Amino acid sequence: MSILIDYNTKVLVQGITGRDGSFHTQRMLEYGTKVVAGVTPGKGGQNVEGVPVFNNVSEAREKTGANTAVIYVPAKFAKDAILEDIRAGIELVICITEGLPVLDMVEVMEVVRESKTRLVGPNCPGVISPGKSKVGIMPGHIHKPGPIGVISRSGTLTYEVVWNLTLNNLGQSSCVGLGGDPIVGMRFVDLLELFMKDAETKAMVMVGEIGGEDEQKAAEYIKKHGTKPVVGFIAGKTAPSGKRMGHAGAIISSGTSTAAAKVEVLKTAGVAVADFPEDIPNLLLEKLR
Amino acid sequence: MISFPQLTLTQMKIQEYQAREIFKKAGVAVSDGDVASNLEQAKGIAGKFGFPLVLKAQVLVGGRGKAGGVKVVKIPSEFERTFSAIKNLQIKGCAVEHIFIVRAVDIRKEYYLAITIDNARNDVVLIASSEGGVDIEETAQKNPQAIHKFYLQGKKEIDSSRWSQFIGAIFKDLTAQNQGTKIFKALLKVFFKNDCALVEINPYVLDAKGNWLALDAKVNFDDNALFRHPEIMALRDLRAEDPDELEAKKHDLSFVKMEGNIGCIVNGAGLAMATMDIIKLSGGNPANFLDVGGSSNPEKVLNALKIILKNPGVKAILINIFGGITRCDDIANGILQAKGQMTIPVPLVVRLTGTNEKEGVAILKQADINTYSAMREAVNRVVELAKT
Repeated sequence: MSILIDYNTKVLVQGITGRDGSFHTQRMLEYGTKVVAGVTPGKGGQNVEGVPVFNNVSEAREKTGANTAVIYVPAKFAKDAILEDIRAGIELVICITEGLPVLDMVEVMEVVRESKTRLVGPNCPGVISPGKSKVGIMPGHIHKPGPIGVISRSGTLTYEVVWNLTLNNLGQSSCVGLGGDPIVGMRFVDLLELFMKDAETKAMVMVGEIGGEDEQKAAEYIKKHGTKPVVGFIAGKTAPSGKRMGHAGAIISSGTSTAAAKVEVLKTAGVAVADFPEDIPNLLLEKLR
Repeated sequence: MISFPQLTLTQMKIQEYQAREIFKKAGVAVSDGDVASNLEQAKGIAGKFGFPLVLKAQVLVGGRGKAGGVKVVKIPSEFERTFSAIKNLQIKGCAVEHIFIVRAVDIRKEYYLAITIDNARNDVVLIASSEGGVDIEETAQKNPQAIHKFYLQGKKEIDSSRWSQFIGAIFKDLTAQNQGTKIFKALLKVFFKNDCALVEINPYVLDAKGNWLALDAKVNFDDNALFRHPEIMALRDLRAEDPDELEAKKHDLSFVKMEGNIGCIVNGAGLAMATMDIIKLSGGNPANFLDVGGSSNPEKVLNALKIILKNPGVKAILINIFGGITRCDDIANGILQAKGQMTIPVPLVVRLTGTNEKEGVAILKQADINTYSAMREAVNRVVELAKT
């Protein structure tokens, strides 16, 4: 078991003929991911790393049985790429692309809400279930199979955390990068829910950062529904509070999005919060004992 | 601009007088006024409108009123002195290039109106209060029921039965409610047409003569959507932005200056924030946030070092790389290139882990640069070096 992706995941790469798309298709294939199709409009009939390229998603899905899409297309085309996946009935969409206009995401989320498709990202490193499948851009070799579920809002900081787990012989069931944009698809609560139900996962690590309210919502969820231990890390304790969005930003955020506030609220939900990423393995071991 | 991209929307700001033009075009009534960058122009404007006048410094930072950047001038003899005083201000480091001069309005009632994006709800939200003015944030804290919100629920217009309840909570009589609806409709058009991150009027007023006027104008744009709005790009006021941050942006680096003495070059915003935190927890003080991003162009290291070394307070530099897309050998080559092209007058501590770590470490070893593989050890070393 693992969440979101496993041996049976059949991946379709959008933007497979581009620089990033072809490079990471190669990396994913090397890792053992079943990449079954690529999509680039106008380039159907070509091959990239032996993967057949189609003109559109529904044709690719029909001919190859792809159930998961990963998006590497430029930001200005990413909204349409996601919407095309949803229309074609793709179950899981992982959007690596960064820099999507926020109003595009408002529109996308409205469609996602009404569909059965799950969206991870945009602006995320992707999802990996070590030893089974890797869909994204993370370096595969730092991971190892095991019982820890990792959820993170960051990219390289996730690698740092995962690497500390692997060095301490704590393998991972799945690692999910939620993405760094203001509006993203799946959030902490959605992933905690999946990990709590996953038989292979014994404990979770959540890596959060300043801004937004997702860590607060995660804390509420853990308080009510938590059945497995959770260890946390919050980045941004020393970050200046950013330049402000007029008064409206302050009116909406209600002052609870600082690192200190997040650490506090997670602690009250029973989450052990690490000061340093390298303290995470020990906190997990204590919780699992 | 906002330099922690994951925190809030990165957005382009424009000056009040520019935002006001956008409002005017959209049919929002504004008070009479014009912008001046020197006394000559200012006198011309004053002559046209007569007294009393309000002089407003045009800067892209908040809190200008409290910094003395907004003044009422009642009589002509005070005009020149007040204009010069504002022109000579430095508001949070920003010079005052332009002063906006408007006819003073006899205010009967002040409202607050805004449209922005609520990230937590994935939705566009209209915010309004009948207690507008400079204390709006305090009101939001102390008296939150005076602030009303209307979520568009994925739509681009206000055609819902919830609307009358929302607008009725802000404006008392029907005429005022119709006015409020009209203004919000105009603001919504501005918001969606221009890919705004924020549209705000504070205050929106009813004056003694019964006129409705926007006395301030704030319009911010989503940086990520500027590619479809070249006309907005043209409004960008580069002089109003931090020169170091601009320089960094030009090289595709994300940079924020801080108070400390340890320069940081990190790949990834989350890791960059965590690196600063750990420096602080280990007894040091970061001089900056700098994210070299995900690509592995050796040039970036060179440019990053140049920007950091402009700050004379930097005593030591930490390069913390966890290779993913970024390859450690590219970073190592970037460091060597930089050393060949410039003097680095402070000690450099390098941490390399991840993709092509061995190659990167070997390249630096040949140049007698030691590397660390654990972040904590590298941080301890740089903190120690910055103290000596």
